[in-house]
Amino acid sequence: MLRKRTPIRDHSAEANLFARRAFTAFVFVLIMVAILISNLYNLQIVSHQTYQTRSNDNRINVIPIAPNRGLIYDRNGNLLAENKPVYNLEVIPEEVDDLDAALDEIGKLISISEQQKEEFLDDIRHNRRFKSQVLKGRLDEKEVALFSVNQHKFPGFSIEARLARHYPYGDTLTHALGYVAKLNKKELAQLEAEDLATNYRATRDFGKLGLEKFYETELHGEVGSQSVEINNRGRVLRSLDETAPVPGKDLVLTLDIGLQQIAQLSMEDKRGTVIALDAKTGGILALYSNPSYDPNLFVHGISSADYKALLNPDRPLINRATQGRYAPASTIKPHMAIFGMEEGLVTEQTKMFDPGFFQIPNVEHKWRDWRRWGHGHVDVYKAIEESCDTYFYDIAYRAGITKISDFMAQFGFGDLSGIDIKEETTAILPTREWKEGRFREPWWRGDTISVGIGQGYWTATPIQIANSINILVNKGKHHPPHLAQALRRDEQVEVINNDEKPPIVLNNPRHWQVALDAMHNTVTKITGTAHKAFKGATYDPAGKTGTAQVVSIAQGERYEADKLKERHRDNAIYVGFAPFNDPQIVVTIIVENTGGGASVAAPIARQVMDYYFLANPISQGKKEPQS
Amino acid sequence: MTPVTNKVSIWQRVHIDLPLFLALLAMMAGSLAIVYSASGQDTGMMMRHSTRMGGAFIAMMICAQVSPSTLKRVVIPVYLVGTLMLVAVLFVGVSSKGAQRWLNIGIRFQPSEIMKLAVPMCVAWYIGRNHLPPKLSNLFIGLVIVMVPTLLIKEQPDLGTSILIASSGIFVLFLAGVSWRLIGSLAVLVGAGAPLFWHYGMHAYQKQRVLTFLNPESDPLGSGYHIIQSKIAIGSGGIEGKGWLQGTQSQLEFLPERHTDFIFSVLSEEFGLIGVLFLLGVYLFIIARGLYIAVNAQEAFGKLLAGALTLTFFVYVFVNIGMVSGLLPVVGVPLPLISYGGTSMVTLLAGFGIIMSIATEKRMLNK
Repeated sequence: MLRKRTPIRDHSAEANLFARRAFTAFVFVLIMVAILISNLYNLQIVSHQTYQTRSNDNRINVIPIAPNRGLIYDRNGNLLAENKPVYNLEVIPEEVDDLDAALDEIGKLISISEQQKEEFLDDIRHNRRFKSQVLKGRLDEKEVALFSVNQHKFPGFSIEARLARHYPYGDTLTHALGYVAKLNKKELAQLEAEDLATNYRATRDFGKLGLEKFYETELHGEVGSQSVEINNRGRVLRSLDETAPVPGKDLVLTLDIGLQQIAQLSMEDKRGTVIALDAKTGGILALYSNPSYDPNLFVHGISSADYKALLNPDRPLINRATQGRYAPASTIKPHMAIFGMEEGLVTEQTKMFDPGFFQIPNVEHKWRDWRRWGHGHVDVYKAIEESCDTYFYDIAYRAGITKISDFMAQFGFGDLSGIDIKEETTAILPTREWKEGRFREPWWRGDTISVGIGQGYWTATPIQIANSINILVNKGKHHPPHLAQALRRDEQVEVINNDEKPPIVLNNPRHWQVALDAMHNTVTKITGTAHKAFKGATYDPAGKTGTAQVVSIAQGERYEADKLKERHRDNAIYVGFAPFNDPQIVVTIIVENTGGGASVAAPIARQVMDYYFLANPISQGKKEPQS
Repeated sequence: MTPVTNKVSIWQRVHIDLPLFLALLAMMAGSLAIVYSASGQDTGMMMRHSTRMGGAFIAMMICAQVSPSTLKRVVIPVYLVGTLMLVAVLFVGVSSKGAQRWLNIGIRFQPSEIMKLAVPMCVAWYIGRNHLPPKLSNLFIGLVIVMVPTLLIKEQPDLGTSILIASSGIFVLFLAGVSWRLIGSLAVLVGAGAPLFWHYGMHAYQKQRVLTFLNPESDPLGSGYHIIQSKIAIGSGGIEGKGWLQGTQSQLEFLPERHTDFIFSVLSEEFGLIGVLFLLGVYLFIIARGLYIAVNAQEAFGKLLAGALTLTFFVYVFVNIGMVSGLLPVVGVPLPLISYGGTSMVTLLAGFGIIMSIATEKRMLNK
């Protein structure tokens, strides 16, 4: 084929063709380079900011730093909840040459269980080798010392401290302070819903109960952060900058730990509760529910055996002071007396005859007085001093339930007391509507009679009873009961719970004095029910005893057949205050199933008041609350 | 730039084209600096890299001494042996990272590297024997010479190298003056064949790469990770860059394959657009010089070979930069003269040796 045509090559034509093609190719190259450059221009100049940010997101990790939880102090500055270092033995796997040998060796110094070892090895497998892992948590002092002396033999092993909540008074304060424990998923979801989750990124513990729960936000503080540079495997290379966390506020209570300890001691092994209020402020001086338990068990996760032990019939988990529902019984007779006078049903001078029972006209049933033979001729003073039932049956019958409920609601019955813990129930101040809703049955006239002596459908929590007495001794002024009086951070004190509720205004303020005088007589007169218990007291006490038929002790209580009898015994109640002329302290005692408000509850109140006036002698006046 | 004189300079005597030589030297110096940074200041790696560079320079010097006429004599045996070795790789080759690319005959090497030179040489020899532009029949045989090794390499699989080899052969045909009409119809044919190639010609991992390329953010932690991190490195470099050894994407190891295929991203991050433009400038100079040598070569074989090798060099540049900056799918082509890695650098510099041989032969004839 070639030979047929021109055998001679036209070299210059070929060279020209080639040169044209080479030139075309070079133009093509230039075009392609222009495309590359325009793309790079786009990346490096137009979108530079975006990629700069993404590059920083890659390399900068923000590590949250947990704030220190605020401490809790009593009114005299005693530390009630503190943050104590907990020591963990930790290991950085990549710094240990022979891990198995090192584990054997450390096992000779510090006992490490098989389970701890397994969990540790599992953690190592699932994490980067430069990440520190806990081998054993919560070392005791001896173990810390043993390791510290031998640390040089264990490269890669170290003791790391973190702060954990500790309650030095243990079970004395459980129902007031509550406790913290590990933040759980449900709480985290709740925090997320409230947009607070970022503040908890480094936090381990969360208030679960009591004051720790109520003041969680204030005690917690604000999370800090540290920016660090990391590589692609998450290893921290250097620290860039740091924002210090803001520690939580300290909580100053109205509580007096000494009085609280006396309250616990005086209860011995009886079930019940002691509440002492500062009569001037409504501040709680002592709030103890027996039996109690050690809150420290919960901080590090309670074992199932320990937890099961708390689920016993004595129900230590229940806060009896705020969750226990008791018939207020005779402790509300002073309130009823005021009610009767205000309603004009009786006067200060009215006397009636008590045959030992009350009867509705034309009805067979007899409502009996506690004294079978009756109290004879009774006026309002004697009715309170000797706790005459018939007198109040009569007032209640004549007034009717609606007026009683409306009046008693002013004293806080049937409502939350306002105490700064969340474990509280309203109990029941009965009304017609309540009964119809609850039992689908109308209110019978007879139902009202026993309400007149604080029985029947009426139940109240000890904190409600204490609050109602405090309103009484303050002649209508209403300071809701509270445990905390101030928040404090860096010497900055913020007074809290200082509010008053609207007072109760009587048509005739003289009626307050009648009820209070009668309560005074209860203690001072030899015929008074509390006379014996307070014989010789120097601080001029006043009070009222009560012995309540058991309705129920607490919400959800299940009676077991063989316990039934014991659990059906009467509850002993005492409410009291002192000094009579200028009340400083209001004490409420309830002891379950022992009977005898005068013989069991009043002596406990005496111990608490004796301690209080020993520590706060009247001549010097009461200590000013801290602020 | 190179004055044609009767006096034979020392460079011509050792068959060195000085402008090309200096440009290559500048690239090597740049490569050392960037590999030092990309390797995390690994001196052991620097030792190996500079040793290989030295080896590659020696290979270049040797190839520069081989005259084009000698090349023409050995081209058929080299091509045939290379093709046989490619066949052998498919049956007795050594596998690594899911691809069977190596032959072990005392030392481990990739026969495809030989073919990077042998294919354009063989096509240039075959087409250059006859008149330019080549006739259809010659063109067909030329295409067969290109396609046989290309398909064998694609089977290994090594899509990157097969693209480079196919383009080196096709550049010879283009430079030889294949008519534009033919080029147009071939382009249509390729366009029509692409869907078929997608279904029958590509491995699953190659398809994945293309899909990832089309939308890298769809799989930010898997196969899209490379390209996302690379774009972050390039983009965050800005105009001036973060400074040598200061690139956080590379120094903190977010960037994968940073001393090999993705070294351009390291350069872009640390030296910014200014550094990138400088690099592209040097590349353009090398390409311009290579084409200049080709145009001025005496013989058709020399013209076609020097031109095709130069343009193939550009394909390296374009494919690598295109892939790390997100214009092309990731196909595993190193950045020529900069990336860490032995074989490709030896082959590249051997190619430049051949170009220098072609350049200096002309001068000898001129004398």
